[in-house]
Amino acid sequence: MAETLLEVKNLRIEATAYPPGEPPQEIVIVHDCSFTLEKGRVLGLIGESGAGKSTIGLSAMSYGRGGVRLTGGEVRLNGREIRSAGPGVLRSVRGREVTYVAQSAAAAFNPAKRLMEQVIEATLHHGLMGRAEAEKRAVDLFRQLDLPEPESFGRRYPHQVSGGQLQRAMTALALCPKPDLVVFDEPTTALDVTTQIDVLAAIKRAIQETGVAALYITHDLAVVAQVSDEIMVLRHGRMVEHGTTRQIIEDPQEDYTRALVSVRSIEHEEKASAAPILTVEGVTARYTGLARDVLSEITVEIAPGQTLAVVGESGSGKSTLARAITGLLPPTAGKISFAGRTLTPKLEDRPREDLRELQMIYQMADVAMNPRQTVKTIIGRPLEFYFGLRGRARDERIQELLDEIELGKGFADRYPAELSGGQKQRVCIARALAAKPKLIICDEVTSALDPLVADGILKLLLKLQKDEDVAYLFITHDLATVRAIADSIAVMYQGKVVRYGPKSQVLSPPFDAYTDLLLASVPEMRLGWLEEVIENRRMESAGN
Amino acid sequence: MRMPLSAMIGLFFTALYFLAAIFADFIAPYGMAEIVGGVWDPISREHWLGTDNIGRDLLTRMIYGGQTTIFVATMATLLSFSLGSVLGFTAAVIGGWVDQALSRFVDLLMSIPSLIFALVVLSVMPVTVLVLVLVMGILDSTRVFRLSRAVAVDITVMDYVEAARLRGEGNVWIIFREILPNALSPLVAEMGLRFIFAILFISTLSFLGLGVQPPLADWGGIVRENREGIVYGIPAALVPAFAIATLAISVNLVADWVLTRTTSLKGGRGG
Repeated sequence: MAETLLEVKNLRIEATAYPPGEPPQEIVIVHDCSFTLEKGRVLGLIGESGAGKSTIGLSAMSYGRGGVRLTGGEVRLNGREIRSAGPGVLRSVRGREVTYVAQSAAAAFNPAKRLMEQVIEATLHHGLMGRAEAEKRAVDLFRQLDLPEPESFGRRYPHQVSGGQLQRAMTALALCPKPDLVVFDEPTTALDVTTQIDVLAAIKRAIQETGVAALYITHDLAVVAQVSDEIMVLRHGRMVEHGTTRQIIEDPQEDYTRALVSVRSIEHEEKASAAPILTVEGVTARYTGLARDVLSEITVEIAPGQTLAVVGESGSGKSTLARAITGLLPPTAGKISFAGRTLTPKLEDRPREDLRELQMIYQMADVAMNPRQTVKTIIGRPLEFYFGLRGRARDERIQELLDEIELGKGFADRYPAELSGGQKQRVCIARALAAKPKLIICDEVTSALDPLVADGILKLLLKLQKDEDVAYLFITHDLATVRAIADSIAVMYQGKVVRYGPKSQVLSPPFDAYTDLLLASVPEMRLGWLEEVIENRRMESAGN
Repeated sequence: MRMPLSAMIGLFFTALYFLAAIFADFIAPYGMAEIVGGVWDPISREHWLGTDNIGRDLLTRMIYGGQTTIFVATMATLLSFSLGSVLGFTAAVIGGWVDQALSRFVDLLMSIPSLIFALVVLSVMPVTVLVLVLVMGILDSTRVFRLSRAVAVDITVMDYVEAARLRGEGNVWIIFREILPNALSPLVAEMGLRFIFAILFISTLSFLGLGVQPPLADWGGIVRENREGIVYGIPAALVPAFAIATLAISVNLVADWVLTRTTSLKGGRGG
């Protein structure tokens, strides 16, 4: 039995909530949570947003973020109780025995200081090493984490390195003082799949080589399965299940865990090709003041009632394609035809009928709805605007739409702030449906949602497609989503379509290099997947 | 939600002054220009605040003065807000050369100190209440324009405004239904402040003799009429000064409270 590093007993965490229009309330965020972590082990904390995973993770450094208070129980690190410890003790623990890797490295680094300065700051502050020694250790860590030019990497500023590199620099920062425990708070969530895999591999190797223990917080079970020894599943601030990674993945005991493991198991039969409703021919577009084309000669089409998925990493031009089609960014060349008519490049020149038949759903449902309008106004406006519906007729149609998105009664008078993330996205779908469109552009509509909620949205979209015969242009970076709903796929890379065709064809070999990389980067929910991919890559590069 | 003490104090004084102004004809003990006593009579049962430099009842002058001051300031504030915010939102929503033209014109107006600008205009124009309101309103609207444009620029990039554009909505809907409700909080706070500046501005103008003309009373004018008394230890000039100060503070206390309330309302942006 290895030595116990972290022992959390009956931890209770509370916060004060300020519900709109009501007096402040005390709420319990984490109920009675207990676990132990041995030296050198990695524990994955998993759950949807609001499950309390970050809060529990931060409690390992006895820290409550934004008014959150650790009100009960014990947190023992190296045998010392730190939950109720004073600031002096905490100062000596944090940055020495336990360190933290934040989700958004870009926001966590000071943009005005060089990386090296920030990576060794805690080490110097605690007097653990001299400057020369600390810098040497930082360079070693940069090398371990596969950062380019480890010798001079530290001389760069945060804006001079990529997002994935910055996340690895942050890992170096956390590992530099030789801590016993590192808390990783969703370190790869903000990264592209293709980048995520490198960062994940680097983190895993660094953990193994330094023998540090870690709490790895994420909402993606497939990711945590690759790096952790044990997994703890959380929901609503309570522990659902805690076991070894193998047990959780292969033999989950609780219903909730089973649902998480089997997420994204939607099956969708590819439909036969038909005469297109939307044709995009050779569309090229650029933003004013930019010297290069963001889209170059894009040619794709969508059949009525079918789904075209546009996949690619951030910056590949997926969303720009949507802007070009909707007319927000008039293309500089090419032609877009919709339902047999040629669409004018500019939004302002389009007749109302074209606007009505082409609707859009956004990634961030919270900012896609006016916070000062009720659901009734949000859904009712298109009815009024396109069909001139008023009074009773309008209210009835609103209720019909609410039923269609499975929200039922009582939602019409709510404000967006009173809805959950999934409900907000449903209301946005209803707003698009209200116009009775022929095509809906879905821009990363499930990316901001928890896996189970996202699943619900995808099922709803598929059902609506069947009922209303509406076509989707589905923009996403997530290949699992694509597999679940697409009829045809366009893979985009640097503003070009690199692979395009029916789903079965695009997703079967032979692959081009980029599609291959993309497909291989999607985490799979099984043990040893990460090692296989890394091994494959090594063999390929050796073969080349 | 309980009203904080500061807001109650603010509301009390603001209400007191506004009600006194509205019902001036009923509550004023004497006529506005009626000479009822000696020069600078001290406080007595007949004259609660004493009399002024030519023997008029000071309380009466204060009540009528408040009426003029508050009316002019309110009208000027309303004018500056309707003008400034509509133009500011328009500039932000339409953008391009409309934005450039409006913004540069506002810069031009703001580059001239407003007091000097007002003095020049008022010395060539007939000084009536209407002209005063127009001059103050237009000068103040430049500040409101700046604020509303800045707030609206932040809002126009939100997805819900884009969604409205994609729906084919016109600028009127976008300005009044999408942007205005979300820009209200900072505008309300600014409105309290602007109202105070309007009070101070009209008082300054009257003190300099270019504002409200005698025999019409107004607070700045009362300070001017009674300022020589201070040398002889007569506090008549301090009464309107005190009124100006308390009104300024009270309105701001109320504005602060309204601001915290609106941001914590359902669907508020400030959360």
